[in-house]
Amino acid sequence: MEPMTEGLLQNLSPSPSPIPKIEMRGIVKRFPGVLANDNVDFTIYVGEVHALLGENGAGKTTLMNILYGIYTPDAGVIRINGSPVRLRSPRDAIKLGIGMVHQDFRLIEAHTVTENVFLNFDGLGFIPKWSALESRLEEIAANYGWRLNPRARVGDLSPGEKQQVELLKLLVRGADILLLDEPTSVLTPIETKMLFKTMRRMAEEGKSIVLITHKLSEAMSVSDRVTVMRRGRVVLSKPTREATVEELSTAMVGTQIANSLGQEQAGTRSADSAPVLRVSGLSVIGDEGVLAVRDVDLSVNRGEIVGVAGVSGNGQIELVEAIVGLRKPLRGRIVLNGVDVTGASPRKLMELGLTYIPPEGKKWGIVQELSIYENIALRIARYEPYSRMGVINWRRIMEVSEKVVSEFKVDTASIKARASSLSGGNVQRLILGRELTTSKPSLLVAAYPTKGLDIAATDHVKRILMRLRAENVGVLMLSEDLDEILELSDRIVVMYAGRVVGVVRRSEATPELLGLMMSRGVGAGASP
Amino acid sequence: MTVESLSIVEAILSSAVSAGTIYLIASVGECITERAGVINLGLEGIMAMGAITSFLLTLAYGHLVAIIGAALVGAVFGLLHALLSVSLRLNQIVVGLAITWLGLGLSGFMGAPEVARGLLKALNPSVPEYLAELKQAPRLPEMRMEPLSDVPLLGRTLFSQNALVYFGLASALVLWFILFKTRWGLSLRSVGENPALADTAGINIFAIRYLAVIVGSSLAGVAGAYLFIGYQPFWVEDLTRSRGFIALSLVILSSWSPLRAIAASFLFGGVETLQFRIPLRGFGAETPQLVMMLPYIITIVTLILISLASRGRIPAPAALGKPYSREE
Ligand SMILES: Nc1ncnc2c1ncn2[C@@H]1O[C@H](COP(=O)(O)OP(=O)(O)OP(=O)(O)O)[C@@H](O)[C@H]1O
Ligand SMILES: [Mg+2]
Repeated sequence: MEPMTEGLLQNLSPSPSPIPKIEMRGIVKRFPGVLANDNVDFTIYVGEVHALLGENGAGKTTLMNILYGIYTPDAGVIRINGSPVRLRSPRDAIKLGIGMVHQDFRLIEAHTVTENVFLNFDGLGFIPKWSALESRLEEIAANYGWRLNPRARVGDLSPGEKQQVELLKLLVRGADILLLDEPTSVLTPIETKMLFKTMRRMAEEGKSIVLITHKLSEAMSVSDRVTVMRRGRVVLSKPTREATVEELSTAMVGTQIANSLGQEQAGTRSADSAPVLRVSGLSVIGDEGVLAVRDVDLSVNRGEIVGVAGVSGNGQIELVEAIVGLRKPLRGRIVLNGVDVTGASPRKLMELGLTYIPPEGKKWGIVQELSIYENIALRIARYEPYSRMGVINWRRIMEVSEKVVSEFKVDTASIKARASSLSGGNVQRLILGRELTTSKPSLLVAAYPTKGLDIAATDHVKRILMRLRAENVGVLMLSEDLDEILELSDRIVVMYAGRVVGVVRRSEATPELLGLMMSRGVGAGASP
Repeated sequence: MTVESLSIVEAILSSAVSAGTIYLIASVGECITERAGVINLGLEGIMAMGAITSFLLTLAYGHLVAIIGAALVGAVFGLLHALLSVSLRLNQIVVGLAITWLGLGLSGFMGAPEVARGLLKALNPSVPEYLAELKQAPRLPEMRMEPLSDVPLLGRTLFSQNALVYFGLASALVLWFILFKTRWGLSLRSVGENPALADTAGINIFAIRYLAVIVGSSLAGVAGAYLFIGYQPFWVEDLTRSRGFIALSLVILSSWSPLRAIAASFLFGGVETLQFRIPLRGFGAETPQLVMMLPYIITIVTLILISLASRGRIPAPAALGKPYSREE
């Protein structure tokens, strides 16, 4: 097996030979209709950052869940420090020093950082010494250069800080094997940099870290070793310095994917064509009861992609929610295709040609308990020909569901499968497929449409956005990925502290300029 | 202030405390139950059961046994609630209402003269049976907390009451401490916020929910005992008069904190006492219904104000009312 030979080669090389911390051999895990892990070998060495790459549904999360005791494998052995172990629950895994941070945060928002970290902590005593525990957390945080207040309510923290709380939970329990499932998908570039610094420091301290990611650049920059999975199998595993980006992306996808989307890019389209969306003087109150959006002017023309850039929590979400009718604006006007739609209901907006791709699809875009086709029915069952006089035509809905699943490559055994069985990326494909197959929008509002998607799916989404632009649809897109914004947008709106601090044409935009505007709120002088 | 007006204020405050204690004991218990994620709409019925139990047991064996008995009867009803709502995962609203009807019906039956007479005879044959038919029991004696009871205003208001008033205050303080300062409390609150997470953290969800429902129900039983022997020791049917449901809404009013429940309960006790004083002054003499509605109107208005103030984000335990099952 490849990892074995790797190990031997390593032993021959002059650098200190890596000691295996965890060896997973011949792991098999079968779900109804899917072979999620097919005879997987995976080795984690002491003191390394190990990147685990793979497309949506490749089986990465499943493999880590097995290592964390959530699933029991159908076959295979796990050895820790050379001796075989049986992991029946996360409790077993934690006792052996394995800790996992899941794709979604598992925190109690109403409780403080300290309460979250020390929930049911062994040796806490009946009346815990909270102030001592707080200073302990402050110490750990300082060690990694975090600014985290142990008394803060977790619900008030940014995604980056929530992640630090998840890490703290593992650290205080003495975890030295940390499994991070797509930790960067919720982080801003700055927070990601911070996390990588933390990971390197942890590796120096002798901990082993598994980083699941879709971004090759992240794997290349932070990891010591990289493993690629495809369709449940390991297809490549080697030291990162011996790997190339081309090799990794080929391994993930199975074929070479075209890297340039460039030729399709418009950007030259006449900007004076009629705006499909015009927002003026918009102010919106956020969940905390303070102004989240302040006096924003903004327009989207037909056949144009407008990207909204900004560090998360600067009002982007509230802006979008006001536009799509989920949040009542305090002041200002929203005009869609010449119709004043300020305060209109989402359904009215939908019927006027607006389509919305919500953030965190798993939470806001689907009903987990329903099947795939029922999720599609939710969106269209109201309209002809999918229903007539209130009676749903299920055959039609099944047909269109099959179309969504095949055209958008939703990886599932059947359209009757529960939506909760879909992997993170496939949920996003389902939502996009549903929205775009079942409606002909004139304005698409997409909040973080590629978050959590693998390269191929991201590529697919980008192509869809560009196709829509070519079809004269206006697109308003939120993204935390600057490269993506630069690649797709014709104009970029930068938000800071609820205000639009500048609107930049793509030809004038550079990552440095945008980064500066995003982090300091320095305007570029261009008028909206 | 003249001596006379001082004593009127004292009288009002002191009856606010003695009326409020009914709510205090019940809503402190319900704070615990709800913090664990279970809502107990059975309070009303359990209070009625506590009241009838304390009536019969006081006659048979005296106050102490009566109070303990009411707590035990409450615990049995709590066990039933937990069995249905936590283990069998039935809808908590339905289970709670069923318990309320059961408690109201059963207590009414037990209070009927012939039945009460028979029960008393069975409990303690040496007590004259006819006592049950008088529908009365000796009231809990006042326990002056010297020298605190001599402090002006507070002395008579807070420190010249009966033992169950002190018990209510103490249980609010103790349960607040347990809820927010101890390891148990943290686990309990976590179960009410995110049971799945608490489960993976190794907390025994079922044990905690059972305990929380049983503790809350025992306290409702004691509240019923207080209502009878501590407040109005004359048995009538429908003695509780929706006080259980008011206690439930006071839990929201105190945003699930036993400490704030003290303020909310006494405030509400005050409103309720005023209701009896207002007609004395002539106002509303022809429309007593209007005055009787006052406490309920005030509850609704306060709830609306609170929810407006917190912009619809009342910090209710996130998993309140949701049964928990392990399968994914
Ligand atoms: N609990 C489950 N029940 C049924 N099928 C499942 C379950 N969990 C995962 N699967 C299936 O197993 C396959 C592997 O899923 P897994 O979540 O491991 O993928 P992943 O590599 O983490 O993908 P992503 O990058 O999208 O998160 C998928 O086809 C998925 O639909
Ligand atoms: Mg995954």
